[in-house]
Amino acid sequence: MSDTNGSPSNLEMVLKSGQFAVTAELGPPKNADAKAVRHKAGLLRGYVDAVNITDNQTAVVRMSSIAAGVLAWQEGLEPVIQMTCRDRNRLAMQSDLLGAYALGMQNILCLSGDHQTFGNHPQAKNVHDIDSLQLVQMVVGLRDRGRFQCGEEIKGTNPCFFVGAAENPFADPFDWRPYRLAKKAKAGADFIQTQMIFNVPRFREFMQRVVELGVHQQTRILAGVGPLKSAAAARYMRDHVPGMDMPDAIIERMEAAGQGIEDKNLRAAACKEEGIKICVETIEQMRDIEGVAGLHLMAMEWEEAVPIIASRAGLLPRPNFSQESAPCPAPN
Amino acid sequence: MIAAEMTTDADEADAINIVAFCCHYCAYAAADMAGSLRLQYPPSVKVVKLPCTGKLDLQLILDAFEHGADGVMVAGCMEGDCHYQQGNLNAKRRVNFSQELLRSIGLEAERVRMFNMSSAMGNRWAAAVSEMDQTVRKLGPSPLRRRKSAE
Amino acid sequence: MIVAEQKPLDEIKNLLGDSQRVLVAGCGTCVTVCFAGGAKEAGILGSLLRMAAQLDGHPKAVTEVTVQRQCEWEYLDAIRDQVESADVVVSLGCGVGAQALAEHFPEKVVVPGLNTKFMGLPAEHGEWVERCAACGNCLLGLTGGICPIARCSKQLLNGPCGGSSHGKCEITCGDSQPDCAWQLIYDKLKAQGRLHLIMEITPPKDWRTSRDGGPRKIVRKDLKLPGTEIKE
Repeated sequence: MSDTNGSPSNLEMVLKSGQFAVTAELGPPKNADAKAVRHKAGLLRGYVDAVNITDNQTAVVRMSSIAAGVLAWQEGLEPVIQMTCRDRNRLAMQSDLLGAYALGMQNILCLSGDHQTFGNHPQAKNVHDIDSLQLVQMVVGLRDRGRFQCGEEIKGTNPCFFVGAAENPFADPFDWRPYRLAKKAKAGADFIQTQMIFNVPRFREFMQRVVELGVHQQTRILAGVGPLKSAAAARYMRDHVPGMDMPDAIIERMEAAGQGIEDKNLRAAACKEEGIKICVETIEQMRDIEGVAGLHLMAMEWEEAVPIIASRAGLLPRPNFSQESAPCPAPN
Repeated sequence: MIAAEMTTDADEADAINIVAFCCHYCAYAAADMAGSLRLQYPPSVKVVKLPCTGKLDLQLILDAFEHGADGVMVAGCMEGDCHYQQGNLNAKRRVNFSQELLRSIGLEAERVRMFNMSSAMGNRWAAAVSEMDQTVRKLGPSPLRRRKSAE
Repeated sequence: MIVAEQKPLDEIKNLLGDSQRVLVAGCGTCVTVCFAGGAKEAGILGSLLRMAAQLDGHPKAVTEVTVQRQCEWEYLDAIRDQVESADVVVSLGCGVGAQALAEHFPEKVVVPGLNTKFMGLPAEHGEWVERCAACGNCLLGLTGGICPIARCSKQLLNGPCGGSSHGKCEITCGDSQPDCAWQLIYDKLKAQGRLHLIMEITPPKDWRTSRDGGPRKIVRKDLKLPGTEIKE
């Protein structure tokens, strides 16, 4: 019997109540250390509605999303587990989903996954038995039809996940992206998280088309935002992250922030401050765009920035939906 | 034919054998011109005439070395002036590749080289042969030839 | 066609070991037109192996022979004598040809001289690109003639992923980025006014027809010769 007794997740309740939702990200450690996860969870608890637990992000081996998700949940943080199509076939996916739900996981984000040649095991065989759209359909099928992907009925508890997918408004072909998003909504995605937005006008253009297609009413779109740490980080994103639109104006702001400051630490602090400022400004603009139902705040390896941003952007306090069941107590 | 040319000088201690593949239109004519001008140059070269250096096959270069050549020259028209448009450019590609093949078996890449000249450049022909002769003498007789005579 | 590349000379030399009599077997079909294992390439490899063996101080007798197609028993029958007089045969056929040689002459040591790479075509002289992954159930009719199994790095059927940028795939293969197959599919279908083909969700692929289902076999009852028919 699942610990959640079939009640909706916190994220689902926030979104369904029509409030502006906020999710963040937590990258599991590159080791088997539970404490590392508990520590990060502690930094985020109370500031966001749910937290994505990444799945071998950038094809680098880390603690599994489901395991880290359970640890985060024990710390009182609601996880959104992630599953890529790169590492698992449909058997392993469904098997893991059954287990994840039994362990109390309720939200899942379905992704294609970064190619393994980017990571630390480039020699590995990849799987890609199914793609992210088919994965969304499969997870929705487990819930709504109570059947496995092969059509066989699930006897007993079936996993009822709140299903999400990702979309990159800035990737090519630009014209096709709103239609691909529509496909994900049609597949049954309950929520969408986008790639980090720095080019707000281009995102507005994208959302206009999305709204024209009516997709914002079929699924809930969370706009991706995140604080830059430095001008170098901004340049790295511009040059090495596929599908990232980093306007020159942003890079110039980050460069200007560090100008004229001799001391290395003070300069770094000034840049971080500017990064947070830009993030808060972007969030304020996101609130005004039709079809945006919330935010996905990505502050990788800088979880401390999340409370600061949440506070300054007026996102606190987070809505409190008291749950029927409490999370499992942490083991001693 | 190449094999026969190689064996005549194989036993002479300081004889160097260079096979020169020359195109009919420019290099061979230049060699002829050098002769008419009574220009002096080393006698180590044995000329094989081709209609165009574009006719050159990698196999020809390897055969020359396999049969005891110490060096191979490929002489064609100036780039842009090939009588058959691009024959000498094709030859250049093959000569470059043959250098890689020689390296793969432990032979020095400098043993094969391409030269370009026009039909009136008798001096250029003589200079090319002298250069090639000097390079090959420095490298010494081909290790393949040394092995053969060592047996 | 099948596209292959010759193995580095050192690797081939190691595979030969101490064998004295070497036969280099070329193939006159696919590997000839991708300049990896035809008669010309067999001749060149023969020269190199003879010279290398001489320089190493252990001369070998190396001969070459090329057949029209190394993957057919009849063509291999024709070179039986040469094969039997050799200690080792270096096959310059694709992986199929090399295995056919090994199967047809089971007592002989057969080593591969090529790395078989993919099924593809010459995009231009000197450059070959992968096009077909032999998935066993061709869906080109749905994707404007562009294969997402062979040409999409993630074999997506509902692509592209978020890494498609300026018409290129996010990965670097060798020294360049492949074209994004889904950008190509989108452009093609858009130009032909057939985008409806990718508006609906394509369901998961049945991989049983591809290598995932096990080594494959085709039997054509209409072609089986008298006496070799499969008993029903």
